[in-house]
Order: sequence, then C-alpha cells, then structure tokens
Amino acid sequence: MKILVAVKRVIDYNVQVRVKEDGTGVVTENVKMSTNPPDDNAIEEAVKIKESGKAKEVVAVTIGEDKAQETVRKALAVGADKGIHVKVDGITEPLAVSKILKKIVEKENPDLVFMGKQAIDDDCNQTGQMLAALLNWPQATFASKIEIKEKSLEVTREVDEGLETIETTIPAIVTCDLRLNEPRYASLPNIMKAKKKPLEQINVSDLGVDTKQRIEQIKVEEPPKRKAGIKVANVEELVQKLKNEAKVI
Amino acid sequence: MPALLIAEHNNKEVKPFTFNAITAASQIDQDLHVLVIGHSCEEVAKSISEVPNVKKVIHIDDSIYENYLPENFTTAVIKNSENYSHIVCSANTFGKNLMPRIAALLDTSQVSDIIKVISTDTFLRPIYAGNAFATVKSTDKKKCITIRPTSFDPAPTSGGSAEIVKAEKGETSNLTKFIKREEVKSDRPELGTARVVISGGRGMGSGDNFKLITAIADKLNAAIGASRAAVDAGYITNDHQVGQTGKVVVPDLYIAVGISGAIQHLAGMKESKIIVAINKDGEAPIFSVADYGLEADLFEALPQLLEELNKLNTIQK
Repeated sequence: MKILVAVKRVIDYNVQVRVKEDGTGVVTENVKMSTNPPDDNAIEEAVKIKESGKAKEVVAVTIGEDKAQETVRKALAVGADKGIHVKVDGITEPLAVSKILKKIVEKENPDLVFMGKQAIDDDCNQTGQMLAALLNWPQATFASKIEIKEKSLEVTREVDEGLETIETTIPAIVTCDLRLNEPRYASLPNIMKAKKKPLEQINVSDLGVDTKQRIEQIKVEEPPKRKAGIKVANVEELVQKLKNEAKVI
Repeated sequence: MPALLIAEHNNKEVKPFTFNAITAASQIDQDLHVLVIGHSCEEVAKSISEVPNVKKVIHIDDSIYENYLPENFTTAVIKNSENYSHIVCSANTFGKNLMPRIAALLDTSQVSDIIKVISTDTFLRPIYAGNAFATVKSTDKKKCITIRPTSFDPAPTSGGSAEIVKAEKGETSNLTKFIKREEVKSDRPELGTARVVISGGRGMGSGDNFKLITAIADKLNAAIGASRAAVDAGYITNDHQVGQTGKVVVPDLYIAVGISGAIQHLAGMKESKIIVAINKDGEAPIFSVADYGLEADLFEALPQLLEELNKLNTIQK
C-alpha cells in the first residue's frame, strides 16, 4: 500500500495574525511559518501505518512557492520516504489545489490520500472533498480514527452530533482531525537524513492545470474589536454585574 | 435564476441551522428553493414548505439517502442544480463534508463559511481563525456557498405554503457504507443555539470536575462547551468543542472557566454578546476578550457562583 499525504505551509498557529494596512491581506514577512497542524496528523498517521507494516511507502506532496519545500522536508524527517514539491506562486484556491493533486495521484497511484481537514490560514475546509469528487473516490472527512481492513477502510469521523463511523472502499481520501494522533517531533539525525531523501520538483505549468483565481479578494480587514472589559473583585460582584448591568441572567 | 438550499435534517425533523441558512440564502436570492434529500422524510419536506421565505421544496426520497452520505447526495444535488445560480448549505459538519464535493463537480470555487451577504456575488468571511475578515467576490457562473449559521437569524418557521415537488433520485454510489453514529443525547439546549454557554478548559483538571460546570449549567439552562485542550485531555467528548475546528457559538452569555484563551478557542466564541472569564492566571489571553474577568481559583469560584445564583429570585431561562 502506498499513501500520499498533502501538506501545506501556513503561518504558525501560535502567531497573532496581523492585517496589512493596505487591506490586501495579512502580514507574512518575518512571520514564523509551519506545517498546517492537522497536516502533521495526516503525516503521523501515514507513518504509523507504514510502521505497522500495512503500507510500504509514504509520499509527501506540497503545493506552493519555493519555501513550501520546508514542509515536505519536515514530513521526510518524521518518516515520509519521498517528497514532491509542485511550484506555484500566488494564491491557489482549493479547487485548483485539488486539480493539481489529482494529477499527482494519477502519476503516483497511491491507495490512500491523507491531508488535514482544514488549513488554518484560509479556513476553507474543501480540498480533500474536492479531490475525492474529481477522482470519484470515497471521502472520509474529519477522521479521528482510521482502521485499515483487508479491502476497505473504517473511519470514525468527528461530526456535530458526536461520532460517526463509515466504511469506504480503497482507494480513498481521508481528511484528518487534530485528535487522530499525537504528531512526533523530528529528531536532529532524522532531519539530517531527510536531506538525502528524494524531493522531486514539478512546475505547475508542466501539469496543465488551470490555477487562475475564481474568487477575487476585494479586501482584508481587522474584525471589529471588542471593547475592553473589566475585572471584578469577587463572585458576588460578577453575579451583580450579570444581573443588573449586562442583564443576561 | 433562483438559489437552491440543501436542507439538513435527520429524516424526521429539520435541523435548526437549516432555518439560519434559509435566512442567508434568501438574502442572496428571494426566489429560494430548498432541496430535501432523505429517506421517508415527508415531514421534513412539509416543515420546510411552511417557512415563508421558501418558494418551492424539491423532495428526493430514497433509502440510499438515509445516512446523508455525500457520495450519494452529490449526484442528487447535481442532477437538480441546472436552473440555479447559487447552491447554499450550512457550514457545519454536514455542509462542510458535502458542499466541496458538489462544487468540484460543477467546477466552481466554493466560498466557505460566509458571515454576511454583501451582494449576489460578494460575501464577507472570516479567515485565520477570525483574526481577519475577507471580502470576496465569486466570479464563477454557478456559485457554491456555505454559510456560518450563527451569523444569521433563523427564518420564521410557519405561515408559508410552498409547493412540494418530488424529484428523481441520483445515481447510487457504493463507495461508502454507513456503520454507526454515536450521538450524545442531552436534555440541555444545543451548544450551537443555546442562550447561555459555560465552557471548561484544561484548568478543570479532570472530567469528574466538570460536574462543577454541570451544576451551573443546570441553574442557567446553559449548554456545556469545552476548549480543545479539555477534549484532547479526555475530560469531555468532542461534540462539546468550541473553536476554530470545533463549533462556533454566539450566545448572549459565554462563561469560560479555566480556559487560557488560545487563538483557536477565541475563534469559536469571541462574537458572544457577554463574555465572562474565570481563570487564576491574571495574564491569560481570555481576559482580553472578556467583558467581566474574575481572577480566581475555579474550584473556589464555581461553588460560590452556584451559591450566588441560588440566592437570586429569578433567573432568565
């Protein structure tokens, strides 16, 4: 079995994002970048499956500017065997990303494709489902447990009402929830070794995919600010304020 | 061309957020049709037809739709999508799972999780966990939109009498099989729509300690929420999680207990009308969004809070 994992480079989840003054986007210069958190879970799960003997190869793919390679290197350092970097500059919408990934799937022929359920930058939550549609594969989104059976996949999904379990045929797309596993850290020797692992570079223009933006970003602005609140001295004062000032209880 | 909304339901009842989605969709286009796909869900189609904003209900009924598998729903939606300018759904786990599959097959770049309709093609949506708002314009001919339900009021549920039209089912897919659903039953108000929410974080220390939260929730008729840290630690089940990747809540009163206020959590609750934070760390970021902050040990403060609430003659429910 071969698992393809898609990873995205995003602003680190601990960074307080700031909006650019000219309204064209958010500040990314000199800001710490990392792998999108649930993509780390996707890599971890693929590597665990390989370690259990149920998969032979894990391939990590990223799409983006040159620096996006860092996320693939990190995936290689925690256990992926091979990396692919599809070079594309500027904003790539999930629809275009899923079209690019479809080309990579056709080239690599994986049995499973894993990725995070959502990227924490654009918060779209679309790519996995779109890729599943384009390939006409089953989709198991928001996975918190993945079990590989003989010819199928059993996935527990986190849904609004609680948990849902589905069984899919293989090949399949799985989008991973943060609770799927605990991603490991890359050790220094493994980071060094990862530098020797193969990393293929592909130019998006060679894939023949239309990546033109369909959604125009008109402006990006700060959300309305909450006015500063007060500290209360004790519980009694809190209840008084809630009752008589805020009138919510 | 009219807009088409995909209703969320459980084959017996309409899920409440469908009414919020109806409001949003009718702001996009007053000529709103609603697609009810399910199994033996005549009652659902009837309830939707009574919503005044709805002009027509399209009802597709077959056993393959019993468990809302997106592989089956997608073909049914696409088959009925031709005469519509917009396809709309709630941005909860139902709509998040389904809409991108539809959008990809229609070759449309989906606009996710909108919080405001600016015009028929322009929408406001939060990005970066709500730390920025983006105004975006869709240039696709047919638009696929998911809406954040808590950003729109629910539509009135009675007074209308839309026509109900039966439609043919789509192709059957055997890619996915439903096994089971473990729903957490509760007598409390739903987290997404409750007037009051009280949430616990890692500071609760254990699942057992959540009984302190439960006692106050009982008193205030509140829903119980949790931070991701509390869910990850196993104190409480995932359906309680409030935040960027959990639920977004907008109650009149949100009480955060033992929650430090990570960006991801704030994304799920900072639009609440009144926010109370109880935390022993006076520097915790949660205090920066709280209307009323109480710097205290929650194990002392929560029993006191219950006592003070008990002293009140009346409590709004």
